[in-house]
Amino acid sequence: MLDRNKFYHIASLFISLAILWLLLSGHYTPLLLSLGLLSIILVTLIALRMNLIAFEQPETFIQFIKYIPYGFWLLIEILKSNIDVCKRILNPNLPISPRWITIKSSQFSEFGKIIYANSITLTPGTISMDVDENRIEVHALSEVGVEGLATGDMDKRISEVEQKYV
Amino acid sequence: MSDLINIISGVLIISGALAIIVGLIGVFRMPDFFTRLHAASIVDTMGTMLILFGMMLYSGFNIVSVKLLLILIFILVTTPTAAHALAKSALHGGLKPMLDKDEKE
Repeated sequence: MLDRNKFYHIASLFISLAILWLLLSGHYTPLLLSLGLLSIILVTLIALRMNLIAFEQPETFIQFIKYIPYGFWLLIEILKSNIDVCKRILNPNLPISPRWITIKSSQFSEFGKIIYANSITLTPGTISMDVDENRIEVHALSEVGVEGLATGDMDKRISEVEQKYV
Repeated sequence: MSDLINIISGVLIISGALAIIVGLIGVFRMPDFFTRLHAASIVDTMGTMLILFGMMLYSGFNIVSVKLLLILIFILVTTPTAAHALAKSALHGGLKPMLDKDEKE
């Protein structure tokens, strides 16, 4: 009835909720701790009953931990493109040249595609407008964003992280 | 030492506020809807990141800074989703982006 995979998913939801509660509460008296435990159990049961846990996908909590080194690389990219877009806005001539391009995404899981499309949108100067099976339509503010995406560096990095512990 | 940290966090918060002002100027200057979204994403990323990092540095390492880090993570996950939804619904509603060079069709 309760196999390994299901147990891991439920346990990872329970542990991540417990960590979140402990970080947000800051009060560690017996009464409040027991109330917190009660609410965590209640949320887990409701999530089970509403079929909110995706058992066929890998656990989301572990997926997030896997992507932390990639996140630091992304922060630097965001800073670089932020400075570029700021310069364009403050330039009196407004040197923009909007483009609409279609790029390929080589990720196989849905989670990897979500990370890729969200990274594109998070970087100022590029917005993902439509996501399909293996291509993403991108609106770019200038040719700099197009060149950055055309090298496929971000795509490669996400695919590498995705294949790490599969 | 604590003076130095206070000064650094003040500089970070002020530069975050400046980034938000630049983003707002961009929203007014840009010619159409999609280019305005690009300007607004400066407010979402650079503005909130610098202000929250400055506040984290100011509060030191305690439960408040952990909560600020959680706020930052949730903002960085939710704002691109909102921007994508806006762009997709505008496209679905028949709004054509103003393009410099038509590379698609």
